[in-house]
Order: sequence, then C-alpha cells, then structure tokens
Amino acid sequence: MVALAHGTNDAQKTMGVITLTLITAGVLAPDSGPPLWVTLSAGSAIALGTYLGGWRIIRTLGNRVSEIQTPQGFAAETTSAAVILTSSHLGFALSTTHVTTGAIFGAVAGRRLASVRWGVAGQMVLGWLLTLPAAAVVGGVAAWLSNTGTAGTIVAVVAVGIGAGIYAASRRRPVTADNVNDTPAPLPVPARV
Amino acid sequence: MSIAWGSLLVVAVVSLGVGVAVVALVAFALVGLSARVASPVGRPHHRPPLGRGAGTTVAGLCLTAAVLTVGYGLYLILA
Repeated sequence: MVALAHGTNDAQKTMGVITLTLITAGVLAPDSGPPLWVTLSAGSAIALGTYLGGWRIIRTLGNRVSEIQTPQGFAAETTSAAVILTSSHLGFALSTTHVTTGAIFGAVAGRRLASVRWGVAGQMVLGWLLTLPAAAVVGGVAAWLSNTGTAGTIVAVVAVGIGAGIYAASRRRPVTADNVNDTPAPLPVPARV
Repeated sequence: MSIAWGSLLVVAVVSLGVGVAVVALVAFALVGLSARVASPVGRPHHRPPLGRGAGTTVAGLCLTAAVLTVGYGLYLILA
C-alpha cells in the first residue's frame, strides 16, 4: 500500500516537471496533460527504483532509529499509506520519506519513548534541512551550465566523475539484502581509570 | 501565501481514523485467529478468550471490514 501511495504522489511530480518542460518548449499545447510515454516512463522509473532498493535507508529506518517489531511496522505502514493516499486525493504533494519516517518514529515512540535513538533522528532532520538549499544550488548551477558552451560540458563531466567516485566509495561497505538486518556493533566504552 | 487549513484538517482526521481503524481491525482479527490454536507455543495452560468458531467469525468479520475500508478508500481515489 505504501508503494502504491508512493506512486500516486511522487510519480506525479516527475510527470509534472517533464510535461511543463514540453509545454515551455512548444512541443505540447498549454492545456494538454502528460503524454502516455511520460506516464509510462515515470511509473517505470519509480517501480525500478523501488525494486533496486536503497538498502541503507531500509537499515537506517528499520534498525538504527529503533528496533522495530512487527506491530509497529504494520502501524507505521498503514498510517503512511493513509496519509499519502488522502493527501494525493486532495492534491497535496508531499515527501513519502518524511511521512514514512514520521510514522515510524511515532509508532516506535508509542511503544516505548526511550527506545527511540533521537541522535539518529537529529541527523535525519539535519539532512532534510540541508537538502532544500543544496538542491536549489545544484539546480541553479545546472541551469547556468546548460547556457554555457564547452566549459559547461567540461564542468558537467567533472561533476559526473565526482558523483561516480562517491558512488564507488559507498560500494566499499555495501548494504544488501543479506546484511540489512545485521545489528550494528555497540560503540566501545572507554575504560575508567 | 494561503494555506488550505481545511484540507489539511481533512487529511489529518481521515488519516487518523483510517489508520487506527485498520490497525485495530487487523489486531482483532489476529486475536480471533489465535483462538483457533488450542494451546499457544510457550503457554500450555492458556485458555483463549474465544471459542474456535467465534474466533474464526470475528477474524473473518474484522478482515472483511478492513478490506472494505481500504477498498472504499481506493475507490474514492480512482473514481
């Protein structure tokens, strides 16, 4: 249900951006909806991304936030699906990640407040706060580069190389379906003298 | 900037109601299904609160209600 809800909300954003680009480029009439190929490609991309996983995110939300038991997981999934589907029906675009994470925190805190690792929650909130300006900066730089010639192409190639390096670095300790549920080792306690 | 507070309130109320209702219905269905087991693992002298027939009936009703609730919600979105 959460995957279905995810598709009803997040795929529409991608379709909207592509359709708006086609309209501003004069390919589509101003009052036209998204073409079938846009719908199919956006839906396929979301389905493929869901299939490929993001095992690090699964481990963070399933293990690092707290130890989630089956009832908490079911409650969080049901709540997330209800919030996202209702919002989609009323036309609100929201973040599936934010809703799901909030539902998990609520479900875990409802069982035992002290079991939530609030430090991990703080890291996630910091990441969310940084995402907005960082995406704006990257979008602005990308728009500027698209108007430059050879220099912009070189910068774009270097940026792609840096991105590939970051991806390769993340593969040194991969998280897969085999180790996603491994409990992280406890931090060493300093010896008291 | 105008914020559609009314729509946000609808989202909050509907999500709360549906979320609690579906979770409660599935929980009651599990209670009913657990009554079908004569003696749960690790609790040999435990007597289930319902008989086998009543447990099955409760589970069927609760699961049907949960499926109908979710199905009606999907119908409202798709229709």
